[in-house]
Amino acid sequence: MKTKLATLALGALMAAGPALADLVIPDLSYRTGPYAAGGIPFSDGYNDYFTLLNERDGGIGGVPVRVIECETGYNTEKGVECYESTKGEGALVYQPLSTGITYQLIPKVTADGIPLHTMGYGRTSAANGKVFSNVFNYPANYWNGASGAINYLLGENGDDLSGKKIALVYHNSAYGKEPIRTLETLAEKHGYDLTLLPVDHPGQEQKSQWLQIRREKPDYVIMWGWGVMNQVAVQEAANIRFPMENFIGVWWSGAEFDVEPAGDKATGYKALTFTGLGDDYPVYDDLRQYVADAGKAAGAGDQLGAVQYNRGLYAAMLASEAIKTAQEMHGVADIDASMMRDGMEALEMTNAKMDSLGMAGFGPEFSVSCENHGGPGLVGVVQWDASTGTWNKLQDFMPTDAEVIGALIAEDSAAYAAENNISQRCE
Amino acid sequence: MSEQLVFAMEVILNGLMAGVLYALVALGFVLIYKASGIFNYAQGVMALFAAMTLVGIMNGQVPFAHVINATFGTHVYNFGWTIPALLAILLTMAVMVVLAWAVQQFVMRHLVGQEPIILFMATIGLAYFLEGVADLMWGSEIKTLDVGLPQGINLWLDEVTFNIFGYGFFIDNLDIVATVIAALLVGALVAFSQYTKQGRAMRAVADDHQAALSVGISLNFIWIMVWSVAGFVALVAGIMWGTKSGVQFSLSLIALKALPVLMLGGFTSIPGAIVGGLIIGVGEKLFEFAIGPMVGGATENWFAYVLALIFLVFRPQGLFGEKIIERV
Repeated sequence: MKTKLATLALGALMAAGPALADLVIPDLSYRTGPYAAGGIPFSDGYNDYFTLLNERDGGIGGVPVRVIECETGYNTEKGVECYESTKGEGALVYQPLSTGITYQLIPKVTADGIPLHTMGYGRTSAANGKVFSNVFNYPANYWNGASGAINYLLGENGDDLSGKKIALVYHNSAYGKEPIRTLETLAEKHGYDLTLLPVDHPGQEQKSQWLQIRREKPDYVIMWGWGVMNQVAVQEAANIRFPMENFIGVWWSGAEFDVEPAGDKATGYKALTFTGLGDDYPVYDDLRQYVADAGKAAGAGDQLGAVQYNRGLYAAMLASEAIKTAQEMHGVADIDASMMRDGMEALEMTNAKMDSLGMAGFGPEFSVSCENHGGPGLVGVVQWDASTGTWNKLQDFMPTDAEVIGALIAEDSAAYAAENNISQRCE
Repeated sequence: MSEQLVFAMEVILNGLMAGVLYALVALGFVLIYKASGIFNYAQGVMALFAAMTLVGIMNGQVPFAHVINATFGTHVYNFGWTIPALLAILLTMAVMVVLAWAVQQFVMRHLVGQEPIILFMATIGLAYFLEGVADLMWGSEIKTLDVGLPQGINLWLDEVTFNIFGYGFFIDNLDIVATVIAALLVGALVAFSQYTKQGRAMRAVADDHQAALSVGISLNFIWIMVWSVAGFVALVAGIMWGTKSGVQFSLSLIALKALPVLMLGGFTSIPGAIVGGLIIGVGEKLFEFAIGPMVGGATENWFAYVLALIFLVFRPQGLFGEKIIERV
């Protein structure tokens, strides 16, 4: 009885004592629902990188990272609920992997002083740090993607797209509509003819769109898809015998599972990217040793090296590097959200740093500033080979049309600032 | 013949084919509603569950592998064998029969005599439960389904139409197969309900539960049978849709395509599901072709419901549904 009482007292003391400091990173994931196929590998990569840091380095700056996973189902309302239920835990940064959730969180994070990182998605004009103090979308955004696709096609056509017909097949949502403005502006600049073909959620049925493509015979098709829309589009393109090498998807339409259901016929399909391919990086040796082989991998542990896993890994790496920057800037290891924001704004990713992380060439070199929250907007192109089941690099990270994108960002962010009475910073 | 007219003919043909696929999903709803008065919200998830089970069996995947591994620290994912498609389809059908029994035994049997809305709510619960079980059993990743069905353009039709119109029509081989299978399925269902003892019993239950009971028909057996047949229809729909897009969780959303078909064709008519599917398929594709470009496209989802609502104004019971007259 005495032993039991002593154990109880010790337990109570431990519970009442000060909580150990940790760095809280909420993971607004979606492992269920129609978009789970993309959400699972991203979240696995995101979690595994922080697990690696905890297991190998004891956290970041000696402080362990605590990831709080919250299931959104890619549903905007649930995403906001997840935000509200986790922000009180001392959340340092949110990366919801959803443009819809991003749009809802922008005013909330700004009011709460928590940074939001939407790598390769979200509101593109958030790249303007003068207006969006707490939102970051480095290293590339949708408009970089749209321009990257057009730049690649310019390269394929001797820098002349005049008279060419380009169709945009897009998810009929905030996400899918993001590149339209840029593609329209670039159409005026380069003289190509743009056809817009929206596909309603979830995109299981696209016969009308692909019949139209078959009739109008565009020279190129660009796709802004997510979820089942991608697999159906690749299959339909194969069915109508559209030349796959003239079909380019944004980075969210360029995972293995997007092309595998179409089998051999998907060979030649291209996709944009802002991250490295495969698992031929030294960081993977550590991931296997400290995470996967130790049975500590997130999910089933079977996604290592997959395209969306690498994106999650990269997102976590950028967050951890921002934490390190914030720790150095403020001289404290246990940082808060406002310090994290400062760290993100001062983030510098050099090749030397990437090399030291075992991720040389995994992402582009870039630095973030008060004015520029969007990074350099460098975009690469990869191509699917069904015979080997691999994506192969066609084009390294290349610059996009800063002149056009910069003007669009300035215009859109100025409108947002006016609507929301935001006075510009960084003066 | 004008170019636009030729294009419209191609669109109509493809609309008919798409309509058959919608009708395949709608059939499952009709069967259960006709026999038990239950609007089975879980029909779409049943298609997903059936397709996932089929792929899992074909690939020799260990069901509940993640749960087993997490619980016992093992690393078992695959039995190491593959099973031919036909045998896998038969085994999947057996699983769907077990599911039908479980639904009847653990859910519906306890709700006999309840209001239709209660039964409907139960099927909503069933849908979420089944989706979760499917996830636990087979995982959430996209699975490639290949049971040997042909896909891609039908070259013969392409050539024939090119010779006639100077423009080759695109008709997907998979859609043609789906049409043939749907026709066979409807024929088999009609023959089953007209010429077999169980089929006649099913119709008797549909007409009047209590009268059927009084002549010795087992409601329990009939309902298990009906849910099994609906499970079979779900499996066929799952194969067709899953072959197109890979088997993944969005398959459950194909039920959304069946609702306007049911509203139009009536909830109690098998031919109604087919005709409704064809009208919706052709209607939405033609509207998208003719009007879509003027209004920004992506009209199909909402237009199907608008079309169904227009029909409802004139025939609230649907084209082939039973007219319900309630006298006070």
